[in-house]
Amino acid sequence: MVSTRQTTLAAVADGPRRRPRTLRYRVLFATTSVFKYAALVFFSGFFVLPWVWMISTSLKNPQELAVWPPIWIPNPIRWDNYVSAFRQAAFAQYVINTLIVAVPSVIGAVLSNALVAYGFARVRWPGRDIVFAVVLATLILPGFVTFIPLYIIFRKLNWINTYLPLVIPAWLGSPFFIFLLRQFFMGLPLELSDAARVDGASEFGIFWRIILPLARPAIAVVALFEFIGSWNAYFGPLIYLNDKAKYTISLGIANMQTSYGFMNFAWIMAATVMSVFPIIVLFFFAQRTFIEGIALTGLKG
Amino acid sequence: MLVAKRWQGLTRQDRRALRTGLLFISPWIVGFLAFRIVPFVMSFYYSFTFYPVLESPKWVGFDNFLTLARDPRFLSSLYNTAYFAVFAVPLGTIAGLLLAMLLNMKVRALSTFRTIFYLPSITPVVATSLVWLWMFNPRNGVINYVLSLVGIRGPGWLGSPEWAKPALILMSLWGVGGAVVIYLASLQDVPRELVEASQLDGANTARQIWHITLPMISPVILFNVIMGLIGAFQFFTEVHVMTGGSGSPADSTLMMSIYLWQSAFRFFKMGYASAQAWVLFTIIVIFTIILFRVSGRLVYYGGR
Repeated sequence: MVSTRQTTLAAVADGPRRRPRTLRYRVLFATTSVFKYAALVFFSGFFVLPWVWMISTSLKNPQELAVWPPIWIPNPIRWDNYVSAFRQAAFAQYVINTLIVAVPSVIGAVLSNALVAYGFARVRWPGRDIVFAVVLATLILPGFVTFIPLYIIFRKLNWINTYLPLVIPAWLGSPFFIFLLRQFFMGLPLELSDAARVDGASEFGIFWRIILPLARPAIAVVALFEFIGSWNAYFGPLIYLNDKAKYTISLGIANMQTSYGFMNFAWIMAATVMSVFPIIVLFFFAQRTFIEGIALTGLKG
Repeated sequence: MLVAKRWQGLTRQDRRALRTGLLFISPWIVGFLAFRIVPFVMSFYYSFTFYPVLESPKWVGFDNFLTLARDPRFLSSLYNTAYFAVFAVPLGTIAGLLLAMLLNMKVRALSTFRTIFYLPSITPVVATSLVWLWMFNPRNGVINYVLSLVGIRGPGWLGSPEWAKPALILMSLWGVGGAVVIYLASLQDVPRELVEASQLDGANTARQIWHITLPMISPVILFNVIMGLIGAFQFFTEVHVMTGGSGSPADSTLMMSIYLWQSAFRFFKMGYASAQAWVLFTIIVIFTIILFRVSGRLVYYGGR
């Protein structure tokens, strides 16, 4: 303990960034490094294994599914499974249906949440902070409390078995996105709005022409998360869609598993891989948006 | 009356600002009333009714709640949900923190590791569930194969009432990457001076983590624990996909959310299901309050 203290003090005396390269330090440094990377590789194994298994299974022959020990590299590799997903089940239809939900949801989420967040961040009105507290409180309101009445409301509106229950709520603001965009809007300098106001711009004009273009990074986060939300959604489609021809991708794939049994698992896995693929591609194109977005949402809580 | 009085007290400028503000937030107001408040109140009312969808609701007082207290399936759904939450939330928090701290140790190829950890958390849950369903297969699944390599005879996992819940918990850890990214970002925000000062005072790594790092990021941990708990209480999709909505074997994975869904959409007992929803809601509120109370002493807000 004493010796560490002395070396650290010496390091400080030398300068802020330099450390003494004593033998003891080097040994310590090397062991931590080895330990650190060993741990990282070990945990990565746990995270990578399902991907390998998923892809491997998607390329197997039905006979190879039930073999022990498991086969990692199928022989021959059955690319055919990816075609079967289209032929045996309505994979293409599911993708189209999902896009019919996702595209208008993304547009609605961006527009509505930006408007609402602007009202909370850049218009100073009496009672604003109380109302915003209500917005935050709804964050912990579980969906399971409201879904039965919602189902009944949508049934009375004749919206069951249509995409409206999946799209319309996206146009009416979500507390999570409002919070995220508000944080971003508040960070933009007030002088921008003041200058525009002097020039006679209306509040909506300021929002549309000045603030919105500046908020592109935050809007990208909202669009991305809303798209992934629609793509991955299961519960909503499950209760609101009855007609198999209307199923979205997640529901469609879950349905393949219950309709076809064990022997069809290879091409079902192929369909699963294809359902994950767009999300992965999206991630690699927008990696920074993702990481910044998710850090942003968790940090200021 | 009160509103009118307040309105009188406002200056002209305030009134205009109020009108503009409300106009901007009007989408949220509509959504809040139509999709949150109205259903919330309706759900409370339904929980006191007998409501088989096709007929109109009939008032039955506390009957639904009394039936719930004696319904063995509901009680096991309570137990299963609690079991899942008690293990999945703390394990997820510890795993998330551990991985984030590892990544914060000046790691080469940081973004590669971060991607490896993060990707599962944005993967469609249905895809995740199907892959793990297949991995957990006791006879030729990869999990028991890996266990057999180290000489362990793996259990029946999702086919066995004792091992089905541990299987779900293990699977839930695969999605811990979102928390890792959040924790990592907050770890990178911990001021270097503080860590260096503690080194000067002779603190070893463990004490540094315990006395500096963890307190500094404690608000983020609290936020994630609360969100994790709310998520755990509503754990649904994985079980629905993996068990075909049944909560099998022997109701061992029958979560509160699954039983609620069954009551509403298999047995069409909307009133009974609403009563369950309100029990679930009450539990979530109580736990959130407890967490806030307890954390009042543990969380450091840095004068913010």
